Amino acid sequence: MNDKVISLLCGVIFSLGLVVSGMTNPSKVIGFLSITHNWDASLIFVMGGAILIFAPFFYFLKSREVSTLGMEIELPSKQEIDKKLVIGSALFGVGWGLVGLCPGPSISALTSPGISGFAMFDPIVIIFLFSMAIGILVNKNLLQKTIQNKN
Amino acid sequence: MNNFTPYSALLGGILIGLSIVLYFYTTGRLAGVSGIVENAITKKANRISNILFLLGLVLGPLLYCYTKEPLAIAFTLPDHSFTITDSYPLVIIGGLLVGFGTRLSGGCTSGHGICGIGRLSISSLIATVVFVGVAMITVTILQQFGIYL
Repeated sequence: MNDKVISLLCGVIFSLGLVVSGMTNPSKVIGFLSITHNWDASLIFVMGGAILIFAPFFYFLKSREVSTLGMEIELPSKQEIDKKLVIGSALFGVGWGLVGLCPGPSISALTSPGISGFAMFDPIVIIFLFSMAIGILVNKNLLQKTIQNKN
Repeated sequence: MNNFTPYSALLGGILIGLSIVLYFYTTGRLAGVSGIVENAITKKANRISNILFLLGLVLGPLLYCYTKEPLAIAFTLPDHSFTITDSYPLVIIGGLLVGFGTRLSGGCTSGHGICGIGRLSISSLIATVVFVGVAMITVTILQQFGIYL
């Protein structure tokens, strides 16, 4: 198995997890974010379950230099707790609260049939994905370059 | 908490965890979805691999549709259909902020929330507390205007 087959497989398993836990459903996520009204704590179990599986594996694997497929281990350099981290997370939080979609579920939502009307490829999900891609490109091409030029 | 579904949530979380473990063990990369999307759009290195991961995210729910009935004999599984706001302004502004914000802070729910906390990264823990907290405040404010009640 090469890394391409594995990537596809990992994407499938990841999205099965999202669907089984109900996380591709924005109203389920809004239920978690709705702390003062009919709170649904399920999302904590999704994140908690995933962390409990990943954390011990990571602890034993982190000192390796190459992966089992012989690829370089790519870990983010130690991230500083700075304005970018806090402001970026806050802006993401506003967007997440407005719609109830974060990046993973927004892609899987393409093929999760909606209750109202459109069976699949709901135009509202497609519009969300386009807007998200523009947001990513604005950060990458405008903001990060401006920051680089200043330094 | 009448919508609370701890068992299916935990099962889903375990699947997501296994996917992240397998991805890291084999490719040496962390499966943070916002990062994979950015790299698929902007980077040549591993582009096909990144696109295939995203394709997998699209194929999973289809697979679920066809295997749900046999699985349902063993487990009680939630319906996979969803409801989303039909407000275009909300979705456009939300999408822009999610794309911009996750890449500015370097991660989303999977990158900071699962991979980062799993790596015991303090900055990811702070990022997660901030985006969950701000999202809760956002929903509470929207509810004052009668949205999401």
